[in-house]
Amino acid sequence: MLKKAKKNLAKRQDLMIIADIIPPESKVLDLGCGNGDLIHVLKENKNIYACGVEISQDKILECVNKGVSVIHGDLNNGLSEFLDDSFDFVVLSQTIQAVQRPDKLLDDMMRVGKTSLVSFMNIGFWRARAQLFFRGKMPVTTTLPHCWYNTPNIHLATIKDFKKLCSEKQIKITKEIPFGENLNFAAQLFPNLFAPTCVFCIEKA
Amino acid sequence: MTKSTENYLKAIPKDFTFGQSENDGLRLDSGRVLYPVNIRYETYGTLNKEKSNAVLIFHALTGDAHIAGKYSPSDKKVGWWDEMVGSGKPFDTDKYFIVCSNVLGGCSGSTGPTAINPISGKQYNLDFPVITINDMVQAQNRLMEHLQIDCWLSVVGGSMGGMQALAWIDNFPEKVHSVIAIATTSKLSPQSIAFDWVGREAIMNDPNWNNGDYGDNPPEQGLAIARMVGHITYLSDLSMESKFGRRLQERETYSFDFTRNFQVESYLEYQGQRFVERFDANSYLYVSRAMDYFDLSLKGDGDLTRALKHADAKFMVISFSSDWLFPPHASEEIVKALRNNNREVTYCNIESAYGHDAFLLETETLGRLISGFLKSRSEEVKNA
Repeated sequence: MLKKAKKNLAKRQDLMIIADIIPPESKVLDLGCGNGDLIHVLKENKNIYACGVEISQDKILECVNKGVSVIHGDLNNGLSEFLDDSFDFVVLSQTIQAVQRPDKLLDDMMRVGKTSLVSFMNIGFWRARAQLFFRGKMPVTTTLPHCWYNTPNIHLATIKDFKKLCSEKQIKITKEIPFGENLNFAAQLFPNLFAPTCVFCIEKA
Repeated sequence: MTKSTENYLKAIPKDFTFGQSENDGLRLDSGRVLYPVNIRYETYGTLNKEKSNAVLIFHALTGDAHIAGKYSPSDKKVGWWDEMVGSGKPFDTDKYFIVCSNVLGGCSGSTGPTAINPISGKQYNLDFPVITINDMVQAQNRLMEHLQIDCWLSVVGGSMGGMQALAWIDNFPEKVHSVIAIATTSKLSPQSIAFDWVGREAIMNDPNWNNGDYGDNPPEQGLAIARMVGHITYLSDLSMESKFGRRLQERETYSFDFTRNFQVESYLEYQGQRFVERFDANSYLYVSRAMDYFDLSLKGDGDLTRALKHADAKFMVISFSSDWLFPPHASEEIVKALRNNNREVTYCNIESAYGHDAFLLETETLGRLISGFLKSRSEEVKNA
């Protein structure tokens, strides 16, 4: 089961980056933890203490089968069940764009954890821009496969947008790790244009 | 205990009696001392050498100790959670030692109002002391000592059974490694208290009730009405719609009188009749009253988080989306209080149309959650 979880994790570069950042023995809250692969691997490899929050019943069943503690919940309802500063890391991977109020969720994450790790798909990526610019259509890409009317991704943002929100909220960005598919040097140089995805480490200022 | 050639789980009812003197009796929340006390129980599987695989399962309001299997091959019915308990099942009797006992105040073998009062030499009836969920748990603890078990791998129950699981944590936190609380609440809601009241009023207003001294002429009408009211609360709007709709029972048109016309009426009548054959009316008064009095938050002066401060067991809390008797928000309150104590808890609100009854019906999803949770807890205990 662990092998499979590791294999699944390897398919998600943002999760690999997040897994690398989290040191052993940390307390981790994984928001939208899915089938619990990240927690499962980190528990085995780094002996972390972790809790997941997940909205899908099927995924909760998978978590429980892996021994991952998980709470059935909707991130739109906030994190009131979690105490202030009760986790070293709060993870929000490719989920921020799907919540109703990303700004409020960030506030809650700042309250609950010392460091938050946020990854999201950058709508400022050149392919998305090109679709809107040349074809005049809302972008549909491999990472954003839905149409405008049925997408769960209701709050898409560019890397610049996210950084602006952090600065308005006086959230400190301690690390920014943009990454691309094959043009990784370009993603490092001009992330807002060339990085389809980015991981941010953020903390209270 | 073991599978026989007929391939059924053999259940053997057992009795444990304590309190031959007042000193050894059960000191109740009401201040009274009950003695002697008999606990009817059944066990399945084998207690391992380390005594680390014992799981205590609680039954709900009208259940009993007969959780799985049959007493003899000719039995028509199996135990009430037979789908969950047995070889290869979620409560795997090849791995775990399962214990289930009839509650104090019940009428299926454990001491309740039908027992003989040692002082008068007659049946207690209404002389039986009012008991609480705590009292039930205190009696179970005596059984635990008798079985020479130091710590339950898990205590598990649905509905009133879930209350007992939570009360174990409150009374004996050091004796419980984990808790599975299903379709339950930390305190009975005013709505549920109201339904209990109607049920008891139906019994106590039956002319046969006679202040509890009904002998061989029990208040069957009243008890049947209590059961019907209860049964409505165990179903959901949706499950009644799909099970009965507005269909008529054995007729094509309305009868234009007050006899039963609808399938749902016939169903309730049947449930009421079946119930009076197996349940004692006074016992219903006592056990439902015990539920009314349950409020875990009292230990924390009304604050559940404070009340659960010492609960360091691993928890799994499960609710059902259409349960309006013990609704999901009651479970979420428990989860929140545990999390606010930084306790490890898993919570799942299972999507189901069955209402409160879902805890007996959604065995597949429930089974997957329970087997996964128990597996992790066993590994923890082994590695400890």
